[in-house]
Amino acid sequence: MIRRPHVDWFALSPSLVLTGVAGLLLLVAVLAPRHRRKPLAAAGAGAGFVAAFALAVALAARSPHPATAVADAVFRDRWAALAQALVAACGGVAVLLSYGERWREEHVAEYYALLAAAGGGMAFFVQASNLMTLFLGLEWFSIALYVLCAIDIDLVGSLEAGLKYLIVGAVGSATLLLGAALVYGATGQLGFDRIGAAPHAHDSLLVLGLALVLGGLAFKASAAPFHMWTPDAYTGAPTPVTAFMSSATKVAALAVVYRLLETAFPTERHLWTWAVAGIACASLAVGNVAALVQRNVKRLLAYSSVSHAGFMLIPVAAANALGGRALLYYLIPYSAMSLGAFGVVAARERELGRAVTLDNLAGFGWERPFLGAAMWAFMLGFLGFPLTGGFIGKFYAFSAAYEHGWWWLIVVGVAGTVVSAAYYLAVVRAMYMREASELQLAPAGGSPPRDPALAAGVALCLAVTVGSFFAVQPLVDAARSAASALPF
Amino acid sequence: MSDWLTTILIALPLAGALAVWLAPLPRPWVASLATLVSLVEVAVWVDAVGRFRFGSGALQLGVRRQWFRDLGVSYHVGVFGFSLWLVGLTVVCGAAACTYAWWVGRERPRAYFGLLLFLIGATAGVFCAQDLLLFYAFFEAMLIPLYVLIGVWGGAARLRATITFVVYTVAGSLLMLAAIVVYGLQQGTFDLTRTGTSANDWLFLGFAVAFAVKAPLWPFHGWLPDAYRESPAEVAALLSGVVSKVAAYGFLRIAIAKFPGPAHDFRVPLLVLASIGLVYGSLLAFRAPDVRGVVAYSSLAQMGLITYGLFAANDLGLDGAVLQMVNHGLISTTLFLLAGMVERRAATGELALLGGMARGRPALATVLMTTGVIALAVPLSSSFAGEFLILAGVFRQGWGWAVVGAAAIVLAALYMLRLISAVLHVEPGPAVTPAALDLRGAELAIVVPLVACLLALSAWPAAISGHALTRAPEGSTCLTPDCQGFR
Repeated sequence: MIRRPHVDWFALSPSLVLTGVAGLLLLVAVLAPRHRRKPLAAAGAGAGFVAAFALAVALAARSPHPATAVADAVFRDRWAALAQALVAACGGVAVLLSYGERWREEHVAEYYALLAAAGGGMAFFVQASNLMTLFLGLEWFSIALYVLCAIDIDLVGSLEAGLKYLIVGAVGSATLLLGAALVYGATGQLGFDRIGAAPHAHDSLLVLGLALVLGGLAFKASAAPFHMWTPDAYTGAPTPVTAFMSSATKVAALAVVYRLLETAFPTERHLWTWAVAGIACASLAVGNVAALVQRNVKRLLAYSSVSHAGFMLIPVAAANALGGRALLYYLIPYSAMSLGAFGVVAARERELGRAVTLDNLAGFGWERPFLGAAMWAFMLGFLGFPLTGGFIGKFYAFSAAYEHGWWWLIVVGVAGTVVSAAYYLAVVRAMYMREASELQLAPAGGSPPRDPALAAGVALCLAVTVGSFFAVQPLVDAARSAASALPF
Repeated sequence: MSDWLTTILIALPLAGALAVWLAPLPRPWVASLATLVSLVEVAVWVDAVGRFRFGSGALQLGVRRQWFRDLGVSYHVGVFGFSLWLVGLTVVCGAAACTYAWWVGRERPRAYFGLLLFLIGATAGVFCAQDLLLFYAFFEAMLIPLYVLIGVWGGAARLRATITFVVYTVAGSLLMLAAIVVYGLQQGTFDLTRTGTSANDWLFLGFAVAFAVKAPLWPFHGWLPDAYRESPAEVAALLSGVVSKVAAYGFLRIAIAKFPGPAHDFRVPLLVLASIGLVYGSLLAFRAPDVRGVVAYSSLAQMGLITYGLFAANDLGLDGAVLQMVNHGLISTTLFLLAGMVERRAATGELALLGGMARGRPALATVLMTTGVIALAVPLSSSFAGEFLILAGVFRQGWGWAVVGAAAIVLAALYMLRLISAVLHVEPGPAVTPAALDLRGAELAIVVPLVACLLALSAWPAAISGHALTRAPEGSTCLTPDCQGFR
């Protein structure tokens, strides 16, 4: 007779709800009449993400003391709960952004099912407390994302994007798995806490394992030099999927990186802080310089997300309590800006029926005042200008680096930001400052297509982007209580 | 009530901007509403002057509220004597700019007037902020409207102008952000009234570069000619009249007050940069082919002179610098608005194509002549008072500085007289048709109050120079309760 462990269903509830919703939506895909599938599936997925968000918030409220659950397979603490809430919020907004997309009707329910499944996987991933569940969660959401990238087979490049992401992602997963095996070999432990507590003085096997695990996770966070798939996958995937990937995946990957490094490898801190700082500098350099020469807006934003991965690794490299707060705080406006920016790109794409470039963005700001102003706010937020949470996020990241004593990391961050001004403002310039003769108005003529769901999603993102500038204290309090779950 | 006065000064234009953007007003009302808001703002400032106690050196009319206690950042605003005068400069020039834009009638009025009000509010915020992060937020917020105002409504080469402008400014201000982070965390608070002094040269340089770009000081002035030429006239007026004063204010309030040691050590290099800017700017102004070029480069020269006053590091120099900030702000705003008016009549600002505009246009001739004469610092003018104080102050640092300064004043007379004669006198240029009208009533209503302010200051310069900085009992200049004075 096998002894069953005690299962804390509440701790697992966010990922369970999303998985359950994914299953239900697959039923909708075959049982519901064709014309009902889209509204039913979207409503189901939306409800699932809202429920997951509510459960994650409740979980955060009821888990003041960090603990592990389900035979030490998952963490039940506020760090995981806050990341889950963020992932669920990203998913909810992604549903809003997706609704107006012209999907092939026969696949629309599967799309939402996969979105919910990916969300569920991420919710599980961020609470993983041993290397097995870590890998399980990673594969769970990655497989859903591979299919999501390729789901729109009518879209040029979508299949290619999916395939590239699949192959490169599989390499990343394999790297992580190999690293996990080496760490297990070195310590004989799988749980993060136990790896950290196991006696191992500068074991080269462990260090190699650590490097491979870090590399595998950096693939998912699309940090340089593991970012090669990012521009192609982001450009080829349907834009709402890109929006979801660029926000939720980054939240999950960075939250896990920080937790894993702090709990499992505290004795190797002198090594991984340098490694993370190196990855951060490489990402800032590669992302910002490559974004400068892009004309395709999705590709530009993809490189910008690489540079932001670098930016958010600065507080990780700082490895202090302030860094934990900085990372969690920064993820909030970052996700909103990223979702919102891709949402605006999706709106223009639906209007024009082709890929959005800096050239055919001309005049957009005047034609669609709300979306234009929102895009403006997102670009300024990425750039770290005041009146957006991006400013406070940069400020916190710099503060964390200073507290670690690494002022040079601040200088690198500043240099990256100066370069980024050129391409973020190029987007604003394209929207507002072209000559009238250059304007490419919507080809169909008349007023642009109405898309209230997308507008609502973008409005939500705008509210978070701007609101996080004013309501810093409550967000930082939440981030502080979450970060207190980690040992510093 | 009076505690909230500075907050009102900041929030009123910002609220006006929101109203202009969002309220479903008929289009013709938009400009009127914006102008009304800018005029009410002047009235609020006059009320603030009435409530301000000039004898006390304390921070007044301010409030302090927690923003995020995590790092000791607060919403803390208030004014000292000199910041009150600079806020006054902002609201008066802002009202003039708004009225001028209303008179000219800009396209897309919602966006235009919203951004203009936003700029006024953010600039007032910079002068009132007593928390470093808040200061930085307003400092950067100024850039947003300026970028769009130049980029959308500017002249033909506006895109290049905005790119250079933004790259210079962002590079400078991000260095300042890095300096703010380090300085604030070292001090444990970002509140300017609670932080002590620091002797760190790098932090001082981080601030100094940001302000030197914004001012601009030579050799950080690369953005200046394009930005001043391509902006709409009223934006150029605010940019050179008001926004450049933010830099001088920053030197005074932060770089000098919080870093007395480095400010002392870097005095000579900064004075050298100021001297080069002073002479070089004056020479370029003398060679400039168009009206705006003259005013733009004279602005570079004047900022050099103000920097002279700031780094003279004594009572005379500082008093003169504050007075000259207000003087130059008013003069520059008036001249840029006049340049805009001339350009509307002749369709060009090229000095070679202008000329003879005085004949039959007495109002234009009188206003331009008066402003120009005040600008070249004839005795009895307010500029004379300011420049005399600055030169007397810098003379104590070494007579050589004063010689350079005095030579530059001669150059100022040269370029200003050249401007006046090229526009007003000589033979009528090809671009000046007899149909070009004299200044209209509305235009006079915009520039005459500015000139009246200048004349009033000429009559009583001590209104500012005697009511800006508070003397500590032992006679050393103490700008603020928290400053340590100069070494």
